[in-house]
Amino acid sequence: MFKRFKPFFALGLLLSVFFLGGCSNYIVLDPKGPVAAQQKDLILYSIGFMALICVVVYVLFTVIVIKYRDRKNDDNFEPDHHGSKKLETIWTVIPILIIIALAIPTVTSIYDLEKAPVSASGEKKEPLVITATAVDWKWIFSYPEQGIETVNYINIPKDRPVQFKLTSADSMSSFWVPALGGQKYAMPGMETKLYLQADHTGTFSGRNSNFNGEGFTHQIFDVHSVSQSDFDKWAKDTKSKAPKLSKKQYDQLMLQGEAKKMTFSSTHLKWVDHAKDRDYAVKTRERLGVVPQNPHGSKAKDANNPEQDSHGVSHSH
Amino acid sequence: MKWDEFFVTGDPLIYGADVSIGLTVIGILFYLTYFKKWQWLWREWLTTVDHKKLGIMYIASAVLMLFRGGVDALLMRVQLATPDSKFLDAQHYNEIFTTHGTIMIIFMAMPFLIGLINVVIPLQIGARDVAFPYLNAVSFWTFFIGAMLFNISFVIGGSPSAGWTSYMPLAGNELSPGPGQNYYLLGLQIAGIGTLLTGINFLVTILKMRAPGMTLFKMPMFTWSALITMIIIVFAFPILTVALALMTFDRLFGAHFFTLQGAGMDMLWANLFWLWGHPEVYIVVLPAFGMFSEIISTFSRKVLFGYKAMVWAMVIIAGYSFLVWVHHFFTMGQGELVNSVFSITTMIIGIPTGIKIFNWLFTMYKGKISFTTPMLWSLGFIVNFVIGGVTGVMLAMAAADYQYHNTYFLVAHFHYVLIAGTVFSCFAGLIFWYPKMFGYKLNEAIGKWVFWVFNIGFNVCFIPQFILGLDGMPRRVYTYSAASGWGGLNMLSTVGGFLMGIAFLILAYNFYYSFRYSERENTGDSWGLGRTLEWATTSAVPPHYNFAVTPTVTAMDPLIQMKRDKQDVKPKIEDIKKIHMPDNSGVPFFMASFFFVAGFGLVFEWYWMGIVGLIGVFITLIIRSFDKNEGYYVSEEEIKETERLTV
Ligand code: HEM
Ligand SMILES: [Cu+2]
Ligand SMILES: [Cu+2]
Repeated sequence: MFKRFKPFFALGLLLSVFFLGGCSNYIVLDPKGPVAAQQKDLILYSIGFMALICVVVYVLFTVIVIKYRDRKNDDNFEPDHHGSKKLETIWTVIPILIIIALAIPTVTSIYDLEKAPVSASGEKKEPLVITATAVDWKWIFSYPEQGIETVNYINIPKDRPVQFKLTSADSMSSFWVPALGGQKYAMPGMETKLYLQADHTGTFSGRNSNFNGEGFTHQIFDVHSVSQSDFDKWAKDTKSKAPKLSKKQYDQLMLQGEAKKMTFSSTHLKWVDHAKDRDYAVKTRERLGVVPQNPHGSKAKDANNPEQDSHGVSHSH
Repeated sequence: MKWDEFFVTGDPLIYGADVSIGLTVIGILFYLTYFKKWQWLWREWLTTVDHKKLGIMYIASAVLMLFRGGVDALLMRVQLATPDSKFLDAQHYNEIFTTHGTIMIIFMAMPFLIGLINVVIPLQIGARDVAFPYLNAVSFWTFFIGAMLFNISFVIGGSPSAGWTSYMPLAGNELSPGPGQNYYLLGLQIAGIGTLLTGINFLVTILKMRAPGMTLFKMPMFTWSALITMIIIVFAFPILTVALALMTFDRLFGAHFFTLQGAGMDMLWANLFWLWGHPEVYIVVLPAFGMFSEIISTFSRKVLFGYKAMVWAMVIIAGYSFLVWVHHFFTMGQGELVNSVFSITTMIIGIPTGIKIFNWLFTMYKGKISFTTPMLWSLGFIVNFVIGGVTGVMLAMAAADYQYHNTYFLVAHFHYVLIAGTVFSCFAGLIFWYPKMFGYKLNEAIGKWVFWVFNIGFNVCFIPQFILGLDGMPRRVYTYSAASGWGGLNMLSTVGGFLMGIAFLILAYNFYYSFRYSERENTGDSWGLGRTLEWATTSAVPPHYNFAVTPTVTAMDPLIQMKRDKQDVKPKIEDIKKIHMPDNSGVPFFMASFFFVAGFGLVFEWYWMGIVGLIGVFITLIIRSFDKNEGYYVSEEEIKETERLTV
């Protein structure tokens, strides 16, 4: 019988080997900033306990199933054996202890993550503020201090906390840059805040991770982490050289569809703050005469329909 | 509306489905007519109020839905097997994961369990039937019609595509126009009526109709789990009913409960959904726990270890299941305190679950374990469910969940709970009680193949997904780039998915094979190890009145007690008295059909049709109210003949 259950046991072991052994390859376990690093530590800490629980259960399981399988000799057979205060206390108390051991770092991390991370050098730096607005299916970023705006990418200075003010023009989205830290929702008519920080220069991919319809898969953006001086230079160049964002252009961005990377020397914040104005995008669509289309309706099936152009690549119904 | 909007067109997969649906319907109609089975169908099945037959119909529908949901799953796995795949487009993929999730939970897991509860519980507590047999038929038919309404969406009008969670504002008219989302709202609403009625029905049945002597703490564990599940249903389902109704108002009548415009509150939907949705998870897992308890105890030939602890664990789980819903959206920005509280409540709910695992292990300790297929599924459950459980605790740690949320880590976790818990228990229970339903066992050798192929496939499919999640692969994406490096693990996962598909086909073959070749049982105690009253019937398949004489219970495992006392299950001839039974009725079937008309009309916003359907429903209610329905008596002679008792 033992042979039969061996695969399970091996699988359990394999699982922990996968998790612990190969961690440096997996993005969540290969953090590029203090937020993601704290989360990685918490994850590995919990995996330790979980592996322990699995091992205990699998060893007990294997021993019991082998020892008490139906055999000729049944000296050990006790059909009315029905409980043991001692054992039951043990397996109530130990899980409680494990949960206390998990709850403490969880709660402290929850509180830490709502504060600006401390930079690697230990000094406290003023966070850079970036407003991230999700619109089906793109991300619009405004730098209120620098007075510039980008679409589908951002530049951030390394070693400095960034405070993202998240909101959405339409669906409930989630702002996530796994290499830098966990996600938070961006919702219409309200603002949520998320702190991230990069320890290194480099390009990290970010995305909307909360499903919001047809273009969801491609609602991605790039985070370029650069030195503070490069960042300052980029911001200054952008402010002086990039085109201004016109209201007309912005309203086009409010239509559902994917967008290319864009850079502007002014922000949309002077016309609309989506955190306060829940239905700006929907009203804009109405104003521009764009009617929501049933994906199985006859209009949507007509490939030549101009309204469909903004839908980008994915639609073939 | 044009015809090409009414029927979904333009996709070869859909045309294939059209043809196969057409052929199946013609095939069934032909079979019924050619073999003159219409009357039999009407008399024995469509109008029945017998809990055993309703249970069988529940299970048959659930197996069908498992097939549908499984095909959905494999289509998704094909699409994801390779990077940048063009097999499905985004809209189609979105529709498929939405129908897969909804069907698996609402139209597969719940009815499968409710079906087994229907077949087993009245027998297990020594009752003639449920408290309200007519209501039981209404439950089944509203569930069935809700499921059919939801299922036709992929050929008529288009399927919903906002996920089984249907978050607002995505699911509103502004972002999901067309009938698809209405199918979700009305299909679930109609089926929900059935579930709520089942909850009330079995609550009363278990509380009021137990055999004399069966005190609450002598109830079998499956009965306990069913009782607690029904309590959760009665508290949780009204929340879903209200939430669905509010969203229906938003979509059909221009209300603004959750919409983008008019100051709707999208977060309210998420809260209401999970306020029902988390208890729902326990609705589909507590009966599973109950069945595993019975099976492990039976095939270890031992009484359950820590019976009282098991009961209290379930009571605590039931209470706590209403206090953890926020863990589904730790990332919504509700602040440190709220997240901390819900992290801790969620971890705490893991404790009673852990206690149960150890109780099952120690039920086998000092036992004599026989490795029948139901037992194999139960052992497989313990091994796999632990993984679902520990990853659940990991997800409960909010600060870490910011990284797991919306990824394949989560997808892998809930499949470990739902498949290793619910689906394994459905297979185990079905095989265990199959002789109770049909009078013969499923072939054990074939059954072992199903078990091993499915188990290996299951782990090959879902272990890679934990890693994909940690590598940043979000759930619900319809494709990914080769540069992401996710190709290999996804291919592996797809291979595992197909192994499970093959296991399902072997299972289907086993239904056929065993029907043809299995030895027919001639005692009520088919496995020879039965402990509870359902095995104490005189024949393998109990007669419609279940027990000729209501048994009296003196100990916890009553049949074991009877065996020790050398007491025969055959009733004494002088104890036989005439038995009162309820009449069959066609009204539930028609009531549900009118619900279908109403639901279909509302899906397409054809209000005249909605009104006609609702008037129909109302008329059936009136007919029922004036129907005296006094039932009938089974005579003593008939009982004696059925029980083969001679003077
Ligand atoms: C045959 C085995 C199964 C396979 C291969 C499978 C596969 C999948 C896949 C590929 C997804 C979509 C993941 C995504 O794109 O985010 C999914 C989602 C889901 N599955 Fe399964 N699944 C299986 C069985 C089940 C069962 C038995 C249940 C429930 C009892 C279930 C419940 C769900 C749910 C609730 C979702 C989420 C749907 C959503 O995101 O709205 N699955 N499954
Ligand atoms: Cu919000
Ligand atoms: Cu939950």
